[in-house]
Amino acid sequence: MQVPASVDYERATSLSHAIELLERHGPEARIVAGGHSLLPMMKLRLIQPEVLIDINDLSELSYIKIEGNELRIGAMARHAELLSSPLVGEHFPIIVEAEKVIADPIVRNRGTVGGSLCQADPSEDLSAVFSALKAKLVIQGSHGSRTVDATSFHDGPYSTVVSSDEILIEVKIPIRPGCGCAYEKVERRVGDWAIAAVGAAVYIEAGVIHDAGIGLTAVGSEHFNAPEAEAYLAGKSPSPELISEAARLAAENCHPSADQRGPEDYKRHLVQVLTERALTTSVERATRGGF
Amino acid sequence: MHVKMIVNGKEYESEIEPRLLLVHFIRDELGLTGTHWGCDTSNCGTCVLWMDGIPVKSCTVLAAMANGRVIRTVEDLETGGQLDPVQQGFMEMHGLQCGFCTPGMMMTARWLLDHNSNPSETEIREAISGQFCRCTGYENIVRAIRWASEHQDASAESTKVGEVVA
Ligand SMILES: Cc1cc2nc3c(=O)[nH]c(=O)nc-3n(C[C@H](O)[C@H](O)[C@H](O)COP(=O)(O)OP(=O)(O)OC[C@H]3O[C@@H](n4cnc5c(N)ncnc54)[C@H](O)[C@@H]3O)c2cc1C
Ligand code: FES
Ligand code: FES
Repeated sequence: MQVPASVDYERATSLSHAIELLERHGPEARIVAGGHSLLPMMKLRLIQPEVLIDINDLSELSYIKIEGNELRIGAMARHAELLSSPLVGEHFPIIVEAEKVIADPIVRNRGTVGGSLCQADPSEDLSAVFSALKAKLVIQGSHGSRTVDATSFHDGPYSTVVSSDEILIEVKIPIRPGCGCAYEKVERRVGDWAIAAVGAAVYIEAGVIHDAGIGLTAVGSEHFNAPEAEAYLAGKSPSPELISEAARLAAENCHPSADQRGPEDYKRHLVQVLTERALTTSVERATRGGF
Repeated sequence: MHVKMIVNGKEYESEIEPRLLLVHFIRDELGLTGTHWGCDTSNCGTCVLWMDGIPVKSCTVLAAMANGRVIRTVEDLETGGQLDPVQQGFMEMHGLQCGFCTPGMMMTARWLLDHNSNPSETEIREAISGQFCRCTGYENIVRAIRWASEHQDASAESTKVGEVVA
């Protein structure tokens, strides 16, 4: 039987209360959102916080809305809410495609966007999605808020730039013209973590890709992205050859490691094939017809 | 810490350790052993119950996090001696063998039918995809849920609790 070690529990009633509690209890306190990564880790005694600060009552952080030319997602939005949101579906099919293959419907009822990003599991799917979409993440502390790029949010496996007295509050995704995006994941069985997964977003105007984002999951890319392939695509006209070369660059520059989900060369092969597929779909969606 | 919650329409209060998992609170403190506890790793789904109307894996929720919330477990499916159509469907279609996965399957099925009264086979399979059954091969569980969707107002003809089905 797996049970967590002894721990104290506090329930935050507002964002400022949550930050106050974090400051009061110091670095041994932990936010608990959905708890679907934290509690399993606590059961295995991989982590033993002294105090849990429950932020499930912070309804002020559970929204999905459009403001200006951005889609804004509160940190407490659940996976299931993202999956069923018409706003998300209309603007960013990449999010819907990723959410469909994150865990299972019951886990998705609890797991949150903020918890996923802050867990920073190298196999986590939304980090790759938000890297591809060049999202910005808003972090709140007692002295105000700061905004960081999704691609500079992680500073190592299971580690982010959010400090122990701060809370991730929001994800902001720019809505830009000519956008096409898609997510491709291969897993061992339904509901499992990725063997490898790739998210892509292209922004095409007048037949030219003026910007591209490629997000990588579970293949040792520290910032969940493929900068070489992104740079290669920018400023060029989409074609099958262009996409093949970008996919080759993404595969060449990632750092998968062998584990129970497969050997390194297999994962590298997956990155190439999945990048090609995600980019091809993205171009089709951006141009509503393809090349 | 002190917790208070409504479980199957009844208020319960208790003194607990904050590390206590909801599944153990429900089973060991309240004695409601209909909710099962299986894998411990958030995978098998036999511990599924509803919290504030949403199905959750109760091995991955602290009882403390359920403080003040409304819980519904498998014991609440039957009302006044009448089985829920979902329970009847599992009997009619032989949706269980050992029965270990059944409470979680039925709570998810009830939720699905409350939100989609006529689910396709794919939608049913998707809904229960976070839950394992080691006996049935799932086929009869899907049939049981289909049966329930076709007999939503089965209460009139439904089997009484304790009645033996031929
Ligand atoms: C069986 C199973 C399968 C899964 N499969 C997948 C999968 O295929 N792909 C995938 O991407 N994920 C998967 N997950 C993880 C799932 O998406 C989790 O819901 C998610 O990782 C964590 O979200 P949470 O809200 O439960 O976070 P929690 O467990 O509550 O928190 C995780 C960490 O983030 C911190 N934290 C949470 N919110 C904040 C915040 N707002 N600010 C600062 N810190 C915060 C916590 O302190 C903790 O350290 C799976 C989980 C399970 C149980
Ligand atoms: S016991 Fe909760 S998912 Fe298996
Ligand atoms: S009936 Fe035995 S596990 Fe499902």
